[in-house]
Amino acid sequence: MNYMLLIIGKQDAQPLPEGGPSLMEQFMAYHQSVMDAGVMVDSNVLDSFETATSVQVSSSGERIVTDGPFAETAEYLGGYYLLDLPDLDAAIDWAARCPGARAWRVEIRPIQFMPGS
Amino acid sequence: MTGARTVDPIEAVFREEHGRLLATLVRQFKDLDLAEDVAADAMEAALTRWPVDGVPTTPLAWLITTARRKAVDRLRRDSAFASRLAILHIEANELAPAPRDPETGDIPDERLRLFFACCHPALSLDAQVALTLRCLGGLSTAEVARAFLVGEITMQQRIVRAKRKIRSARIPFRVPGRQELAVRLPAVLRTLYVIFTEGYAASDGADLVRVDLSEEAIRLARIAHHLLPGEPEVTGALALFLLVDARRAGRVDDSGELVPLEEQDRTRWDADRIAEGRHLTAAALQAPSPGPYAVQAAIAAVHAEADQVATTDWAQIVALYDVLSAMAPSPVVTVNRAVAVAMRDTPEAGLAVLDSLDPTELAALRGYHRLPAARADLLRRMGRNDDAASVYRDALDLVGNDRERRFLLRRLAEVVGVDAMNLGVDGRHL
Repeated sequence: MNYMLLIIGKQDAQPLPEGGPSLMEQFMAYHQSVMDAGVMVDSNVLDSFETATSVQVSSSGERIVTDGPFAETAEYLGGYYLLDLPDLDAAIDWAARCPGARAWRVEIRPIQFMPGS
Repeated sequence: MTGARTVDPIEAVFREEHGRLLATLVRQFKDLDLAEDVAADAMEAALTRWPVDGVPTTPLAWLITTARRKAVDRLRRDSAFASRLAILHIEANELAPAPRDPETGDIPDERLRLFFACCHPALSLDAQVALTLRCLGGLSTAEVARAFLVGEITMQQRIVRAKRKIRSARIPFRVPGRQELAVRLPAVLRTLYVIFTEGYAASDGADLVRVDLSEEAIRLARIAHHLLPGEPEVTGALALFLLVDARRAGRVDDSGELVPLEEQDRTRWDADRIAEGRHLTAAALQAPSPGPYAVQAAIAAVHAEADQVATTDWAQIVALYDVLSAMAPSPVVTVNRAVAVAMRDTPEAGLAVLDSLDPTELAALRGYHRLPAARADLLRRMGRNDDAASVYRDALDLVGNDRERRFLLRRLAEVVGVDAMNLGVDGRHL
């Protein structure tokens, strides 16, 4: 079963606080352990929320393009790991090991089962 | 009448074995929904077979075997579950008990192990408790709903939501390792507390107490205490159960009717349980930061120390309720505190405490019969008989237990000055 581990940062906190390089090193080590465990499906780091663009299409088909992720959002998505794991306890373990859980917060979302997929 | 006599023992078996049946099936299938469905199937089968064949000598074994067979049938019909069928075949044929995890083998009770397994922190605390009570504690949805002061439909929805998360997020049904026990303890203790309370003061039905439930809660709290002797809240919960349960023999008269605290013959209280409960309370209170169970145990211990209501240290009880309110605020605590204030000072002072409940708290207590029952009792003691009568009727509208209903009817008869026999079952026939 696939679980998305969303690494959620806070807008008012620095994405990389004091000792940033060491956090980077922690992430590299974590990334390596995910690879070694053979549970990796996909992972990416998203660029800063300041580069985000939101798109909505109104009922009349009009495109509404706005700058930024979401008005007044306190949290932003910084990156993710998509992992193939047996159950939620395993996902909680991997989330707890993720340096993002110490620096910010990691949200686990199960990937919905798609019939026929 | 013959029909009723054949059905009653079967229902008694269901009531007694439902929790254990579900627990066994959940352990085997690792799937709450499937376990509940086939448990219901098995009981339905029992309802047709047992009146004809008689109740089997080991009804639980019969129900488990039947439920397993129903599970195989169900899974066969549904090809999506084919993979689980294979697992089921293996487990159904495996007569040995579930393999003991060396890490957790030290929870020396199957039921307690399952309680810890069900109280998964990925569910909200309320959802953990509700699910555990419903699926493993042998309580009905209505009883669980009453314990949470919510309607049955709301509780049903909460349980469905929790089960949906278990399924969708694949929350495993697994006995946690020793280091995880402390995290799950609050939910497990709350579960035991609700089971104990439902046993000591049944919210529904004909009998005031359901000894099977209160004794089970005490038994499991005792095991938890031996397992985690350094957890003051486990000590506190066990102390509370023992001290409250010690009054059981005094709380019911020979004909099964409720005897209120002020009329109880305290020589009928269980001195051994009181001694043990007081000892444990003292231990729980010595912790650096005693929790709500320890404080409630202390309140029960103050009651147990007095030989009658008049010599009870009500000032101490009010002070302890103040501590409890600060620690774990709840409108139910306010109601209990009001009763204690009335005893310490005057019924008017108690009434003032009840009147301090704000609209949100009153809304939370909407279905709680003990609020109007307490208010009516204060009005009765103030001699405001007409007001008391009207509020006793409100309590009668909400009360679920037959013995408590009869007690409230007797009080109502007292304040309206008639014989209780002349009152209708809801007290509104006057």
